[in-house]
Amino acid sequence: MEKAGLYIHIPFCERKCHYCDFTSVPGNNDLMDRYVERLIKEISMASDTYEDINIGTIFIGGGTPSILHENKIADIMDAVRRDFSLDTHAEVTIEINPGTLTVDKAISYRASGINRASVGIQSMNNGILKTIGRIHSEEQVLTTVENLRRAGFENINGDIMFGLPHQSIEDFLQTLDKVISLELEHISMYGLILEENTPLYRWYNRGLVCMPDEDEERVMYHTAIDSLEFGGYRQYEISNFAKEGFECRHNLGYWKLRPYIGVGLSSHSSISGRRYWNSSNFSDYFNKLDRGILPIAGDETISRDLMEAEYMILGIRLNEGISIEDYEKRFNTSFMGKYGEVINNHTKSGLIQLDDGTIRLTRKGMDLSNQVEIDFLP
Amino acid sequence: MDKSDTRRKSMHIKQENIRNFSIIAHIDHGKSTLADRLIEMTGMLTSREMQEQVLDKMDLERERGITIKLKAVRLVYKAKDGQEYVFNLIDTPGHVDFNYEVSRSLAACEGAVLVVDATQGVEAQTLANVYLAIDQDLEILPVINKIDLPSARPEEIINEIEDIIGIESHDAPLISAKDGLNVEQVLEEIVKKVPAPKGDSKAPLKALIFDSYYDSYKGVTCYIRVFEGQVKPGMMVKMMATGKSFEVTEVGVNTSKHIPLDSLSAGEVGYLTASIKNVKEARVGDTITDLKHPTAEPLPGYKKVIPMVYCGIYPAEGEDFNTVRDALEKLQVNDAALVFEPETSVALGFGFRCGFLGLLHMEIIQERLEREFDLNIITTAPSVIYRVTKTSGEVLEIQNPSNLPAPAEIHYMEEPIVSANIMTPTDYVGAIMELCQNKRGTFKNMEYLEETRVVLHYDLPLNEVIYDFFDALKSKTRGYASFDYELKGYQQSELVKMDILINSELVDAFSLIVHEDKAYERGRTIAERLVDVIPRHQFAVPIQAAIGSKIIARETIRALRKDVLAKCYGGDISRKRKLLEKQKEGKKRMRQIGSVEVPQEAFLTVLKYDEK
Repeated sequence: MEKAGLYIHIPFCERKCHYCDFTSVPGNNDLMDRYVERLIKEISMASDTYEDINIGTIFIGGGTPSILHENKIADIMDAVRRDFSLDTHAEVTIEINPGTLTVDKAISYRASGINRASVGIQSMNNGILKTIGRIHSEEQVLTTVENLRRAGFENINGDIMFGLPHQSIEDFLQTLDKVISLELEHISMYGLILEENTPLYRWYNRGLVCMPDEDEERVMYHTAIDSLEFGGYRQYEISNFAKEGFECRHNLGYWKLRPYIGVGLSSHSSISGRRYWNSSNFSDYFNKLDRGILPIAGDETISRDLMEAEYMILGIRLNEGISIEDYEKRFNTSFMGKYGEVINNHTKSGLIQLDDGTIRLTRKGMDLSNQVEIDFLP
Repeated sequence: MDKSDTRRKSMHIKQENIRNFSIIAHIDHGKSTLADRLIEMTGMLTSREMQEQVLDKMDLERERGITIKLKAVRLVYKAKDGQEYVFNLIDTPGHVDFNYEVSRSLAACEGAVLVVDATQGVEAQTLANVYLAIDQDLEILPVINKIDLPSARPEEIINEIEDIIGIESHDAPLISAKDGLNVEQVLEEIVKKVPAPKGDSKAPLKALIFDSYYDSYKGVTCYIRVFEGQVKPGMMVKMMATGKSFEVTEVGVNTSKHIPLDSLSAGEVGYLTASIKNVKEARVGDTITDLKHPTAEPLPGYKKVIPMVYCGIYPAEGEDFNTVRDALEKLQVNDAALVFEPETSVALGFGFRCGFLGLLHMEIIQERLEREFDLNIITTAPSVIYRVTKTSGEVLEIQNPSNLPAPAEIHYMEEPIVSANIMTPTDYVGAIMELCQNKRGTFKNMEYLEETRVVLHYDLPLNEVIYDFFDALKSKTRGYASFDYELKGYQQSELVKMDILINSELVDAFSLIVHEDKAYERGRTIAERLVDVIPRHQFAVPIQAAIGSKIIARETIRALRKDVLAKCYGGDISRKRKLLEKQKEGKKRMRQIGSVEVPQEAFLTVLKYDEK
C-alpha cells in the first residue's frame, strides 16, 4: 500500500487579504453548501481512482477552512474516512483564521479527528494586520489559541510573516516574542512575497506603502531564527520551526517528493509520476463533478530528469539536507556524477556544505537558495 | 511577352519629352505624399493599386518616416500642351548619413522639386540637399505644401526660401499634397521648367548607377540614368570604377512593376540586370559603359563611400557567429556602404567590427539584423576613426579603442570634426549653445532666417555627435530643432582611452576614447548605469572607470542578500519550478565576465542619453 498525503482546499474567505493571490472567494452559505457537496463527491471519486493507498496526513487548507460551519468539516472528514484508508496515527491539520474560531468549533474539529491546528497569526501588531487586510486582531489570536487548547489541541502551528509593509525590525521582533510566549508546537515564518495581481503589489508600485528593504528583511529573518532556537524551536525547513517531534508531516511529504492527492477547487495532486491540478473556476468544477468526471484542468508528466531536479530543489530546503545514499537509492544513479559540479561550485561559494554524505544549505545558502536550486534544473 | 510588347512601343518617347527630376524635402514636409499624388494623377496607377507612400520601400523606413534606399518611378503625363511626357521621378534618401547617395540620384536628374512645409519653413536637411542639387546644376522648382493647414504662412515661407536659398519662388505652386490641391500646377511646372535631357544615343554607352539592390531571383538590379549611347540585353558592359564586366540580361523601366524594354537610350532612366552577385560590383556612382566600345571618360563624382562610424557587433549568448556573419553578408550584398571584418573581444568573444555611414545607418543595420534576421546581437559603443601619430612617426587610423597604442608610444592624436548647422526657433538658442559648449563645440556664427528662427553654425567633434547629441538636442528643443552636418576634417585633440573594470577585470567591450575633460563625467555615468543594470551577485562587485592605471570613478554593486522562495508546498511546486526555470533562462542570456554575469542591456546602456 502506497502512503499519500491528502490536501483538501476550502476556497472561501470572509475577505481576501491584500497580499493574497490564492484562489478564494467571499463565502455565502449557499455557495459553501454546494461546494462541500461536490467536494465530498470528488473525495469519493478520487478514492476510486487510487484504491491502493493509505492516507498518512491530511491538510485542510484555504482560503479559510474555519469559515465553514463545523458540521461541514465533520461531513468532509466523515467522507474521507468512509472512502479512503486513513492511517490510525494520521496527522490531520486544519487552517484557522483567528477571527472565525469558537470553542464549539474547536471541540467539533477534535471530534472529527482533526488533531493539528494551524493559526494564521501573521502579526501581533493590529496596525500592520489592518494594512495587510487581515480581519483579526492580536487579542483574537490569544483567544483562539486558548480555545484550541481548551478543546484539546496539542499540536498547534502559528503562521507569522515578516517583511510586511511599514514593519520595523523592532515591530517584528515584538510579534515574534509574543508568538513564542504562546508556546505553540510549531511556527511557520514567511517573508512576504509581493505577488502581482494583489492590492498590496499595486499600492507598493504606486508608492502608497513602503516595505522594509532587503537588508532589514534579512535581519528580521536571521534574528528570528536565533530567537526561535533560543525559544526551543528547531528550524527544519527554510520557513519552518518546530519543537522536537512536531515537524509537520504533511508538508515534509511535499519536500520529500512523496505522493499527494489534492481535492477541491484549484488543488494539485502529484502521484504515480503525474502532476495534475483541478479547475480554479467554480462552475467548471461543479459541472465536471455533476457529470461524474474529475474536475482536472491540466497536468504535466514529470520526466525523470525533472523529478530528480525537484527532489533536489525541495529536499535542499530541509535542514536535514539531502542524503546522497537516499538519492542514489531512489534514482539508482550516481549523485556526484549528476550534481558533482553544482555541489562543488556552491560549496566553494559557501552556499552549501557536504558532511557525512549529506548536502545542506548553509545559513547564507538559506538566503540565496534559488541560486543553488536553479543549477539543479535540467 | 506579347503584353509587354505593346507597352514597349508606348514607352519609347522623344528625348525632348523626357523630364528627370527628384523631390527634395525635410522629413514630414510631404515628399512621399506628393510623390503619391503625382503617381496617381499621371494615371499610371489607380488609387486601388497605390500602396500608401509607394516610394518608401522598407518597413523600417516607413516607421521612421525616412527614405533610405532610393528608387525611380516612370510616369506618363499628358500635359496641357497636348503632348505626352515621360516623367522619371527619382527618389532621394533624406538623411545626412546618405548624402553621397543623394548626390548620385540628383546627378541623374535635370531638375528638383523642393517641397517646403507652409507652416515649418526651410529645415537644415532641406538646405543641405538643396545645396547638393545646386552643385549638380539642377533646375529647382519650389513648392509650398500643407497650404490647407490653418497655420500655413506661405508668403513668409516664400520670402524665407528666397532669402536663404536665393531662388525665385513667387510663382511657386501653393499646394496641399494631402488633398491633391494644385498638384496639377506642379506637373505643368515640371514640363515647362525642368530641361529635357541631352545626350547622343549614337555615342558609346555612358550610364550612371544611382542605386542598386539585390534580390535572390535576379541578382543585383541597377537603377541607371543613360547619358550617352544605348544599352540593351545581350550587350557586354563594364563598370568603370570596379573594372568588372557583365552581360546585360534585361533592361526596362519601373512603373508599378518592372517592365522590360528592348533598350534604354540617352536621357532615359530605368533598370538593368546582368547577373551581378553583389552590390559591391555595381556601386552607386559608377559609370556603365560598353565593354567593346568604351566611352573615354567616366561620369564625374564617383567616390567609394567611406564609413564614418564604427562599432562592434557580437552574437549574443546562444547566437552563432556564423549566423551573424551570413546576415551581415546578406545585408552587404544590398548595401555597399556597410563594411565589416571579424574581431575578437575578451568580454564578448568572436564578433565583427562594422563600419557605417553614420549613426542612423548603424541603427538601421542593427535593427535589420534583429528584425529581418531575428538575431540576438550585442552592439558596442560606436566609435569614430581617430588618427594617431606615434612617436616613431607612424600614423595609425584607430576605430576600435582596444587597438590604441600605449600612451608612451603616442606622439599626438587627432579626431574628426564636423561642421554642423542647427536650425531652431530662437527660444532654444540658449539651450543649444549650452549643449554645443558641453559637447566641445566651437561656435562659428548665427544667422537669422526670420524673426523667430535662426541657424547656428558650430564645429563639433564627431565623437560627441555620435554619443548622444541627437537625443540631447531633441530633448532640449522638444524636437523643434533640425540638425545637419558634414565632415570638416581632423583636429588635434587631448584624447584618452578610458577603460571600465568590472570586479577588477577590464572589459574591453566598454572601452572608449574620450576627451580628457569629459573622461571623469563619462566614467562616472557609465559606472552608475552599470550598477543599475548588472544584477546583484553573491559578492560585492566593484565597477571602476580608469585611464591607464588611474581609477577615475568607482561604484559598487552590493552583494545579493536574498534570493529565496519563502513558501513551497504542494500546489506551488510546478509554479515555483517555472519561476526558477525563468531565472535560469535569464542567467543563461548573460555574459560571463570573470565571475560576474553581465546582462546584454549593459552594453547598450552605456550609449544612452542621460536626461540630466
